Amino acid sequence: MTSPLHDVVDAVYVVAILVFILGLRAMSSPTTARQGIVTAGIAMLIAVVVTFLSPGLSNFAWIALGVAIGGLAGFGWARVVKMTAMPQMVAVFNGMGGGAAAAIAGVELLGSLRGATADLSVAGAVIGSISISGSVIAFLKLQGWMPSKAIVLPARQVVNFAVLVVAVGFGVGAVGWLRPEYLAPFFGLLVLYGVLLTLPIGGADMPVVISLFNALTGIAVGLDGFALVSGPLGDAGYAMVIAGVLVGAAGSLLTVLMARAMNRSVGNVFFGAFGATEDAGAAVTGSLKPIDATDAATLMAYANEVVIAPGYGMAVAQAQQKVKELSDLLAAKGVTVKFAIHPVAGRMPGHMNVLLAEAGISYDKLFDRDEINAELPSVDVVLVIGANDVVNPAARRKGSPLEGMPILDVDRAKTVIVIKRGQGKGFAGIENELFYGDNCRMLYGDAQAAVGQLVTALKQS
Amino acid sequence: MAADLWTALFIAILTAFTGYEVISRVPSLLHTPLMSGSNFIHGIVLVGGIVALGFATTDLERIVGFLAVVMGAMNVTGGYVVTERILAMFDRSKKGGPKP
Repeated sequence: MTSPLHDVVDAVYVVAILVFILGLRAMSSPTTARQGIVTAGIAMLIAVVVTFLSPGLSNFAWIALGVAIGGLAGFGWARVVKMTAMPQMVAVFNGMGGGAAAAIAGVELLGSLRGATADLSVAGAVIGSISISGSVIAFLKLQGWMPSKAIVLPARQVVNFAVLVVAVGFGVGAVGWLRPEYLAPFFGLLVLYGVLLTLPIGGADMPVVISLFNALTGIAVGLDGFALVSGPLGDAGYAMVIAGVLVGAAGSLLTVLMARAMNRSVGNVFFGAFGATEDAGAAVTGSLKPIDATDAATLMAYANEVVIAPGYGMAVAQAQQKVKELSDLLAAKGVTVKFAIHPVAGRMPGHMNVLLAEAGISYDKLFDRDEINAELPSVDVVLVIGANDVVNPAARRKGSPLEGMPILDVDRAKTVIVIKRGQGKGFAGIENELFYGDNCRMLYGDAQAAVGQLVTALKQS
Repeated sequence: MAADLWTALFIAILTAFTGYEVISRVPSLLHTPLMSGSNFIHGIVLVGGIVALGFATTDLERIVGFLAVVMGAMNVTGGYVVTERILAMFDRSKKGGPKP
């Protein structure tokens, strides 16, 4: 901190950090959130520009080229992608952050294995590498380029643990014995570990996974920051520590919230093979009672209140526009329409909210689980669109694989209409007792087609 | 441990509590923008990438540093655009939808 230019750079970092915290804080209300992200974006831009201009740097052409390539790719891709592909976009950009953190740690280790902070770089490399390869697998699963169901390899716990231990051994060895040739197997095995860790995780657990990898990237960035504070331009390191730890804390909190919404621990999501256990003792009584779209539309048109409970099926069928149309038609007939949103419905935290917002449904019609459960017993019709486990009353029964998972109590409504593609089971692999209830009717079909039929029927009535 | 590492540790502890306090009251409606917004904020890794590449001396360091810059730049721009697009929709749905 000798030249005035250094002071300018530092002052900019301080302001940027302040704006990041205020920007995250603005996320607590929908009215301030957008301004928050725009301000944070400006602060980030200035921080990047002053870093580029700070004294002592070389390789300017390389830096400019890298920023141009990465920036244009990220900007272009994020602009053109459809809203329904948001979960995988978040996964991929998060993975890029993890990869960048791992690469920075790599440069540090190549430069100075003897440095005081080499062990911190090893830690940053470990977490960053797991984050990029895990995020890429999550991306491939969400994009449908890889089966989204859990892929369970034999003896995976032992194999995974061994891979991790050997990888860390190479990292520690590289630093301890000053062996740069150990770095290649170190990074290679870490990437493999991230793949092995994520392969056995099925689609419905993705909200926990995406959110955890986001937190991990934050922590990796923070560790890199630690490694950079004693080097040249150490204050860039402090900025990374603060931003990284901020994200690590926020991301961990969100991860725990998501896991709790399924009444499972984060460890269980990653290390317990879910869906593998069969619930043998659960004999379901009753039968599935189909209903056609005309009857279903009539039921809804004469209801006082209709609650719509969407799930991943709505996202897959991209039915949100049709759902908006349906909700408008019902509202025009004087029916009160509300949406019941389960925290882990879909493939990322808040997934349903984003899809419904895209369709132009006002967010004051969206209610979370606790708010809506209190009034469900007095609701005339609940329309379940492509949701399964989050509305399965088996969660209230002891011994069920879903035991204790907080659900939407739609079975307590007067009538439930379930839109479902077929008679298959949900992600948890168990029968849904809701479907067999006396108050439940099944409307079979793809969510978009089925809601479309309801809309047509409502228009004719 | 060097003095600046202790300083960084103090900062990290205080930041962890700040992060927790700032986020703990976010409604579930905003969970996606929160996640995607924090995804954008760890894009600060680009700054570290610039420093790493800016002080790289060998070709191998330059290549790895270049990868860091490319990936960091993707993280920061992609994270920003995704968050902005999501929040723009929440803006619109507030104005467009009728109040109950």
